[in-house]
Amino acid sequence: MKTESNAGPKSYSGALGMARVIAVTRPMYWSLRREFWENRSIYVAPLAAAAVFLFGFLISMINLRHRMHGSEALDTTQHGHVLAVPYEFVAALIMGTAFIVGIFYSLDALYGERRDRSILFWKSLPVSDLTAVLSKLIVPVLILPLLSFVITVAAQLIMLLLSSAVLMGSGLNVARLWTDVPFIHMAEVLFNHLLTVHGLWYAPIYGWLLLVSAWAPRAPFIWAFLPPFVIYVVEKIAFNTSHFLHLLQYRLTGPEASALMAPGSTLMDQMAALGPAQFFSTPGLWLGLAIAAIFVASAIRLRRYGGPI
Amino acid sequence: MACIEARGLRKAFGTTVALDGINLRVEEGRILGLIGPNGAGKTTALNAILGLTPYQGELRVLGRDPWSERDQLMRDVCFISDVAVLPRWIRVSQALEYVAGVHPRFDRAKAESFLAKTTIKHASKVRELSKGMVTQLHLALVMAIDARLLVLDEPTLGLDILYRKHFYDSLLNDYFDRNRTIVVATHQVDEIQHVLTDVMFIEGGRIVFNRSMEELESRYLEVMVNPERLAAGRALKPIYERQVFGRSVLLFDSVDRQQLTALGEVRKPSIADLFVAVMGNQAGAAQRAAI
Repeated sequence: MKTESNAGPKSYSGALGMARVIAVTRPMYWSLRREFWENRSIYVAPLAAAAVFLFGFLISMINLRHRMHGSEALDTTQHGHVLAVPYEFVAALIMGTAFIVGIFYSLDALYGERRDRSILFWKSLPVSDLTAVLSKLIVPVLILPLLSFVITVAAQLIMLLLSSAVLMGSGLNVARLWTDVPFIHMAEVLFNHLLTVHGLWYAPIYGWLLLVSAWAPRAPFIWAFLPPFVIYVVEKIAFNTSHFLHLLQYRLTGPEASALMAPGSTLMDQMAALGPAQFFSTPGLWLGLAIAAIFVASAIRLRRYGGPI
Repeated sequence: MACIEARGLRKAFGTTVALDGINLRVEEGRILGLIGPNGAGKTTALNAILGLTPYQGELRVLGRDPWSERDQLMRDVCFISDVAVLPRWIRVSQALEYVAGVHPRFDRAKAESFLAKTTIKHASKVRELSKGMVTQLHLALVMAIDARLLVLDEPTLGLDILYRKHFYDSLLNDYFDRNRTIVVATHQVDEIQHVLTDVMFIEGGRIVFNRSMEELESRYLEVMVNPERLAAGRALKPIYERQVFGRSVLLFDSVDRQQLTALGEVRKPSIADLFVAVMGNQAGAAQRAAI
């Protein structure tokens, strides 16, 4: 390599290490950029969800003054809860959108390139199958959660500023809005939830979809959803039990669902109930990650050793 | 060191034998034409060389095993596998950026200067380009990569004659520099004749003909024989005989030119003529074997 031969003897090992780091990170960086070029829904869909919500929120502002008046009677905690509802709703909406985008993205990620034969172009370049498949895993488990976090916080800030403007115009107490809705706390909880649940807890789901996407001769959607359904039906008929269905439900609803919920608690309370220590000591997490690793490794093997098309 | 070296290369899909024990050696700096009818095993051979398909037997490409060392190999090897493989959604500017990003041997300025000679716009998506333009784009990307081996599988399929000619002219004038090796598989024989240094005919998974162009030009002669000299001509053991406008054209291997001039009009056969002769003899031999 040119960088190595140009480096002096002292900086040789340093340059070598640097060259190695670049050799690993550059293909990954460009593979991720490539995913954004191809799948603009990664950021367009959550942005659109935020925009739609903000539009609705703007209209609802007309009623805000009445709500503020009505909630004056409530104590501070309840007041905060009532005011926090739209802020939680926008978070849930963007999170849900990103989850759906992640599912469709993963299903098409390794199938689309085989369908349009562009896989032969990608494989003509020095990007390993490991890098290619990992970049396609990073999108749903890291990029989408981070992106939904940023978009959510931005949307909440816009909502906050809009509300403040309206309240100020009507001479009501703006300070209560800022003090009673726990924004920093909400952002913190949301960030933890996105990274742990959407990133790690859902990893086996995305791993499975990537595997199907790498293998399915056609119709990956059917291949992804038919086997779980068949297992459920067979189990139901053979043993009249639904363990597999419960397993899937547990995976989809997240480890938080098992935490006992006080009646009247909000979405944020539910998400905050599970601390990091508790989350990382859930056996289901590690089991899920192990299964995800098997799925992803199989997808890499399929892309590497499968037929040219 | 040989660029490609294969011994007993075999590949079967179920009961269909695609490669039936191929031995070949391609030195560096050659331009090899791999010519054969559809289903002869050209693409399978190239896929094995590119590490896209497993095989039996021994195969080294640039000293590496392409199946197990594919990732390293792809830094020195480039290929265009068919005209339709560039992703349809990508923009020209994105394709340039991406290849520049991932390929340490890509010279973007070179690709840009090649594209400047075409009508391709940077903002266009591949799906908006004509088939010929997509090939030009792909070639611009590949030619700007300083690779040691370039593999082309039917690169000009479905293009009109102007694009095809332009493609091979660019390849020869702007890319080839005697250190690189190029392997072209095609069945459009005539257009690549002037490009090649070596030619190989492949049929039924076997190499049935393997000559350098110098050998080809010095050894093979074709004579349109005057009817009264036909018997004399046949006595010289032509390797193939065909009829043109009611006259016999005999193809000779390693027969003295002066002897042939006496028979009639002598000329050098094209690769296509040789291909027909070799394939015709193959078919004849197979028929005789069947009887």
